[in-house]
Amino acid sequence: MTTAKTEFRKWLEYRWTSPDIDWRKGNVISGGIDIGSVSSQAVIMVDGKLYAYSSMRTGSNSPDSAERALGWALEDTGLNGKDIRYIVGTGYGRINIPMAKKVITEIACHALGANFIYGSSVRTILDVGGQDVKAIRCDEKGKVINFIMNDKCAAGTGRGMEVIAELLEVPIVEIGERSFKVERNIDPVSSTCVVFAKSEALKLLRGGMAVNEVLAAYNQAMAIRIVEVLERIGLEREFAITGGQAKNIGLVRRLTELLKTTAVDSGELDPQVAGAIGAALFAKAIIEKSRQSSK
Amino acid sequence: MKLGIDIGAENTKVAIVKNGDVLSLVSVGTGSEQYAAVEKGIKQALEKIDKSKKDIKQIKVTGVGKKAIPDITKEEVNEISAAAKGALFFFPSSRVVIDVGAEEARAARIDSEGKIKDFAVNEKCAAGAGSFVEAMAKALEIPVEELSKIALESKKKTPMNAQCAIFAESEVVSLIHAGFTKADISKAIHDAVADRIAGMARRAGIEKDVVVIGGVAKNIGFIDALKRALNMDILVCANPEYVGAIGAAISE
Repeated sequence: MTTAKTEFRKWLEYRWTSPDIDWRKGNVISGGIDIGSVSSQAVIMVDGKLYAYSSMRTGSNSPDSAERALGWALEDTGLNGKDIRYIVGTGYGRINIPMAKKVITEIACHALGANFIYGSSVRTILDVGGQDVKAIRCDEKGKVINFIMNDKCAAGTGRGMEVIAELLEVPIVEIGERSFKVERNIDPVSSTCVVFAKSEALKLLRGGMAVNEVLAAYNQAMAIRIVEVLERIGLEREFAITGGQAKNIGLVRRLTELLKTTAVDSGELDPQVAGAIGAALFAKAIIEKSRQSSK
Repeated sequence: MKLGIDIGAENTKVAIVKNGDVLSLVSVGTGSEQYAAVEKGIKQALEKIDKSKKDIKQIKVTGVGKKAIPDITKEEVNEISAAAKGALFFFPSSRVVIDVGAEEARAARIDSEGKIKDFAVNEKCAAGAGSFVEAMAKALEIPVEELSKIALESKKKTPMNAQCAIFAESEVVSLIHAGFTKADISKAIHDAVADRIAGMARRAGIEKDVVVIGGVAKNIGFIDALKRALNMDILVCANPEYVGAIGAAISE
């Protein structure tokens, strides 16, 4: 008999191709690869339009993760890796992406990617990544003006939420919805530290609290923690959230309530892909610049 | 006869003291019912020396759960002064007391009477407390006692950020894949906690003699690392996890 261990913490791995674009008619084909601590994305753009992307879990080494992410994004498109004129690498594992001709920080890439996804009126971006939280202020072109980051502590990061997902055995995609299925007011867990929050959550469960209520308690604590980060840089509207946790309505709604603001909707686009989109846009600019100078 | 209770995050300790002699020490798991844990601890401590509740003149309580037992006692002693009193009981030369528990750590600089001159506390982050070592032992799949022992076998400096226990778990896995031995990793783990604790202790100020108490003081790998981090010798008594309870028992 075989038993499979369900991994509650993982987001869905998937790929996407635009039905409206024929890359053969394209002029500038650029690529961006974002190797994060937890997830990796590869984006292919044709003339600055989103053509194809993939999103998957980061493996144990960056070059291999980059290879797999790009290979998957290319799948069934007829495109070859060599058709992509220029690839920019970004993210936690960015120094180890063999096909990337240039490396740009994820701060710059997320700002530019958010500008693409959410529009030029975005001035503050919150990126809730796997192992860090960044608050970025940018201008109308998606250029970074200032940023602050917490990468020392798991509280407020995607990793923290993964720990809770595994502990409560709730798939990460269901956490947001379920955290609202409570019939009374739930206080946030008191600890900032994820290790302590985990033992607090266990105590609450043993004390008879429902799983959904514990989810509410943790989401609220995470929102409070992130507000502290945002307050240090100041929030100017429009406000947008990127990273995996931007898909967690349980966090987003509580966060925007605390901030007394709203976050721009990403529409059809996956906010987890913002970094790779930014990287592909930088790649496009580099291609165009080199063509201009060679004219 | 005086009784002291220390309700910690993980264990509840009970000490019975008479005329400067420790008569009985008992530790029970705190669990989610602090009141029940205390009752059980008191019962066992009395049974051990064949005494009953009426022989006890005074009961004092300290620790994170000190407010949980108003029916038993409302005489609270704050953790820092209980630690100071307890440390001086064992070592009259104590001037700095570092108390490292499962979920918090404290350092206090004291005078010969146990008066607090300065102190620093960490109760916000597992990386500066016993939980960190426990989480790492779990990641390495070895008991904490063994983890603490093998740290002494390594002479290597192993690269580890380890500012957060959650991130350190994945770091430990990468270090294993990179071929570091468990002994090397254990040394890096204990150095990381010791650096944090030393940093906290420096905020309170360092003076001789430094005494370490609390459950984590039993961890020889940690004590060894803390000696390195503070670059000085450290005093540890037998049963260091009971020092807070003893300190509460002898408090006026």
